[in-house]
Amino acid sequence: MPTATAKNPAAQAANAPFAFSTYTPEQLRDVLRKMYLIRKFEEGAEECYTRGLIHGTMHLSIGQEASALGICMPLTVEDQITSTHRGHGHCIAKGARVDRMFAEFFGKTTGYCKGRGGSMHIADVTMGNLGANGIVAGGIPIAVGAALSAKMQKNGKVVICFFGDGANNEGAFHEALNMASIWKLPVVFVCENNGYGMSTSTARSTAVANIADRAAGYSMPGIIVNGNDFSAVAEASSTAVDRARRGEGPSLIECKTYRHRGHSKSDRNRYRTKEEIEEWKAMRDPINLFEAELLQFGMIDETGIAALRTSVEAEIATGIEFAQSSPAPSTSEVLNFVYTERQ
Amino acid sequence: MDMKVRELSYSQAIQEAMAIALESDPRVFLMGEDIGVYGGAFQVTGDLVERFGADRVIDMPISELGGAGVAVGAAMTGMRPIFEFQFSDFATLAMEQIVNQAAKMRFMLGGEVSVPVIMRFPAGSGTGAAAQHSQSLEAWLGHVPGLKVIQPATPHDAKGMLLAALQEHDPVMIFEHKLLYKMKGPVPEGHYTVPIGKAAIVREGKHATVVATSIMVHKATEAAQALQAEGIDVEVIDLRTIRPIDRETIIASVKKTSRLLCVYEAVKTLGIGAEISAMIAESEAFDYLDAPIMRLGGADSPIPYNPQLEKAAVPQVPDIIDGLRKLVQGKI
Amino acid sequence: MPTEIILPKVDMDMASGRISRWLVAEGAMVKKGDPVFEMETDKAAMEVEAPASGILGNVVAKEGMDVRVGEPVAWIFAEGENPSVIVPQGAPAVTVAALPVATSNISAASLTVTAASSGSVRATPLARRMARDAGLELASIAGRGPYGRIVSADIEKAAALRIVPAAIVPAPKAAPPSDAGVLKLFEPGYYSVVPHDTMRRTIARRLVEAKSTVPHFYVSADCRLDSLLKLRAELNEAAPIMSGAPVYKLSINDMVIKAWALALRQVPAANVSWTENAMLVHVHADIGVAVSVPGGLITPIIRAAESKSLSAISNEIKDLAARAKARKLKPDEYNGGSSAISNLGMFGVKEFAAIINPPHATILAVGGGELRPVVSNGTIVPATVMTVTLSTDHRAVDGALGAEVLGAFRAYIEKPLGMLI
Repeated sequence: MPTATAKNPAAQAANAPFAFSTYTPEQLRDVLRKMYLIRKFEEGAEECYTRGLIHGTMHLSIGQEASALGICMPLTVEDQITSTHRGHGHCIAKGARVDRMFAEFFGKTTGYCKGRGGSMHIADVTMGNLGANGIVAGGIPIAVGAALSAKMQKNGKVVICFFGDGANNEGAFHEALNMASIWKLPVVFVCENNGYGMSTSTARSTAVANIADRAAGYSMPGIIVNGNDFSAVAEASSTAVDRARRGEGPSLIECKTYRHRGHSKSDRNRYRTKEEIEEWKAMRDPINLFEAELLQFGMIDETGIAALRTSVEAEIATGIEFAQSSPAPSTSEVLNFVYTERQ
Repeated sequence: MDMKVRELSYSQAIQEAMAIALESDPRVFLMGEDIGVYGGAFQVTGDLVERFGADRVIDMPISELGGAGVAVGAAMTGMRPIFEFQFSDFATLAMEQIVNQAAKMRFMLGGEVSVPVIMRFPAGSGTGAAAQHSQSLEAWLGHVPGLKVIQPATPHDAKGMLLAALQEHDPVMIFEHKLLYKMKGPVPEGHYTVPIGKAAIVREGKHATVVATSIMVHKATEAAQALQAEGIDVEVIDLRTIRPIDRETIIASVKKTSRLLCVYEAVKTLGIGAEISAMIAESEAFDYLDAPIMRLGGADSPIPYNPQLEKAAVPQVPDIIDGLRKLVQGKI
Repeated sequence: MPTEIILPKVDMDMASGRISRWLVAEGAMVKKGDPVFEMETDKAAMEVEAPASGILGNVVAKEGMDVRVGEPVAWIFAEGENPSVIVPQGAPAVTVAALPVATSNISAASLTVTAASSGSVRATPLARRMARDAGLELASIAGRGPYGRIVSADIEKAAALRIVPAAIVPAPKAAPPSDAGVLKLFEPGYYSVVPHDTMRRTIARRLVEAKSTVPHFYVSADCRLDSLLKLRAELNEAAPIMSGAPVYKLSINDMVIKAWALALRQVPAANVSWTENAMLVHVHADIGVAVSVPGGLITPIIRAAESKSLSAISNEIKDLAARAKARKLKPDEYNGGSSAISNLGMFGVKEFAAIINPPHATILAVGGGELRPVVSNGTIVPATVMTVTLSTDHRAVDGALGAEVLGAFRAYIEKPLGMLI
């Protein structure tokens, strides 16, 4: 649980950013570990894919780790999220185990979706993740529905709705934001704007300069943050989640970020320059930025970083091992889970 | 507990079912366009908003896609929404949420969630509403695994099947023919259910089986009655559920009568009749067929505005009589 | 080249026959024209002559087997021809598909061909299944559905027409109690099982068909016989004697036949046969006379009975009846006819109604004459009275028409001199 009372004295003195004055060093080190975990998970998945161990396709979130973790920082286990096709990071940020995620990618019965969903439908419902979604903007109305449930059930839950910049031009986005606003639902819309809907840049696809500008049309706050700055994201999220929990309605947060990899595994990156990619990687990598801040505020040292990296690598290796050794579903079970009658 | 039976209209029966659900289950709420003070485009929700409040009888903006998604999301998180489309034609606006989300969510997530949403679709022609407000799209949704699709034909079944749908854990799509809304019939008071997935033999006969849906059940029954005078004895099956289809009832009937006519209002081509025909051809009933299987369905045309054309575009009683005569007298 | 002996068609609606006895042993010499086997049809037994001279060989139809019309039953080989080499594939006239009674060494081939040929036949699945169950060949059945499609009704008809061992007769829909069901009702040892012969099966089939497809209508009348009896006595008394015996001895039945033939001539609209497309109005009154024979009955025909004298009718019926009892009638002696008479008077029957035998449109059921009190000119007097009941096919002969022809009959019986004119 986040707490404002466990501030780091050094950070407080230095008039530190929100996260460093809000969360404990332990919490922040855990955030760093999860950043590594997401990055290593994506790299591990990519490697398995390249080796032909995983079929289909996948959309990697390398470069967007701060957004996933910053947004989920103020959430409780009870709070819920809806996610996107680029949803591995959200899933880990909301508390999922990487071994079961790998198992899902390997199509195994031990996977979160028992091998029925794969990368694009990864979910851990027990941790409040209502699922990644293969349809751009598909999860947005669903998040509003979940928020309507929360309001009707008066259970205090807040719903985070992740989507990409591409989704902001879908009708579902507009219909859902409108309904969330008129009914003052406890939902936070989070646009992870990585600059491109597949190959089409937001400049070419979107009439407004910022996705957050859309919020005005639905009478809700629109906040633009540097999506690669964990603290900035966490601060925006915290504000919006508090507002939602108070029953004051939805907000729209736009996290400006960048994906280091292509849209999916078939992307040849012909719509952007190598220099652009390298510049983001070198100068604005969210993990590098967060690591530097933790070092700066004395919350971790090189040894600590090395220890975290080692433990993450072990967790990834164990996870892949678990996935590979797990049983595949029987082909006789092809009809399972279509209807409740057949589990 | 003895249940009194009164005459109610089809729409009153649905409203009564929804009232029972709202009263007995706090998870149930209604969502739709103009279902509040207006009472619904066909007055099916009527005064429910006065009885249960605007928080549970929710007037939503004209946002079929978003609205359907909201219903799906609410269903995934512990609620039991009953979503009313103003016209079944507007399902086209919401297909993404119905087909990609509602139908598949349980499956995609390996059984970790369920989507107990009910969607109601006022369907069918005969009101002069022309091509965009008269379609019968049930077979579209019947093609989607994960959905259950029902078409009650009587007030009794409309109430009983809606209450049965509320006990389901999967999305149930209910197609209600608009011309049935005013039709009256016996409806028991209180709570009862009519099972989903079970067809009804509404009339027994030995010379031919008619499998009909929705309003066509009544037309087929009328045709069967007319043919009785000619010594043609027709069995009429009210399919009631098009997904999952009640194979057993149809197969048993065809084995008995050796002849099959499918009658439905939706466009004949690539429709429910094709499915039933193929199902019979693939079943043990094949060896009992003594005539080709016959289908009567809607014309390969949008529903026209002109009243004569509108009637001509869907099967009418004389068409069914004529078809059955040919079928039974060995003329096809 | 061997000569094929086929089972000949000798009767109009004959589909198959049964060889009751081979008259020549396999391997023996036959001369063309010699009777070679005896066959039993629905109605009669008859001998079949050898179509060529030579050695009888390769007898494929054994005694007691049912054989379809036109199928080979054996071959006659010239001297030096080797039966085992040539038959069956050497015989061009043999339709291989039509060999249901073939011996086991060729039945496999025939089955294959049968299956192949029925594939091209247009038939409903139900008809195919029923044919399969009944062991019927689709190729041999005429379809009455659209495009000549064979439907279940065609199979039912074909199965009913066919003479087959009871074991493979398909159970008709809404069948009467099964054999097993009947047997169950009786204690074994307290009955004997007498297999049906072809005549019994034919009677059963035709009567079921007649009674279930022909709408029967009945009219009855009492006829005073006193004048007829008096005339008969006079005529018999007047019969010339030749070779020590009278040339004729008229029975009441002979006079009934004549009276009925004359009545039909007088009311030609009643002397008809029903067909779906038209009414056949017959020129002559060809009267079938039911003759009881061991194991059944048969109805030989007195052709143009209206034009024959009583003595001619009398002698003809005696001859026909005698040959019928010996099962020696030729098919043209019992096929056809325009009406029939069934007389049970000699058994003391007072009155009964008979089942029409299509293509007849009528049948006259004649009871026995007996003394009854009748009212004549206001007083009760004793009279010999005979009750007759006319069954008519109502499709062809309406009630009033039936009454009219029955009235004409009664007039001839009661004023019998009219028969002599």
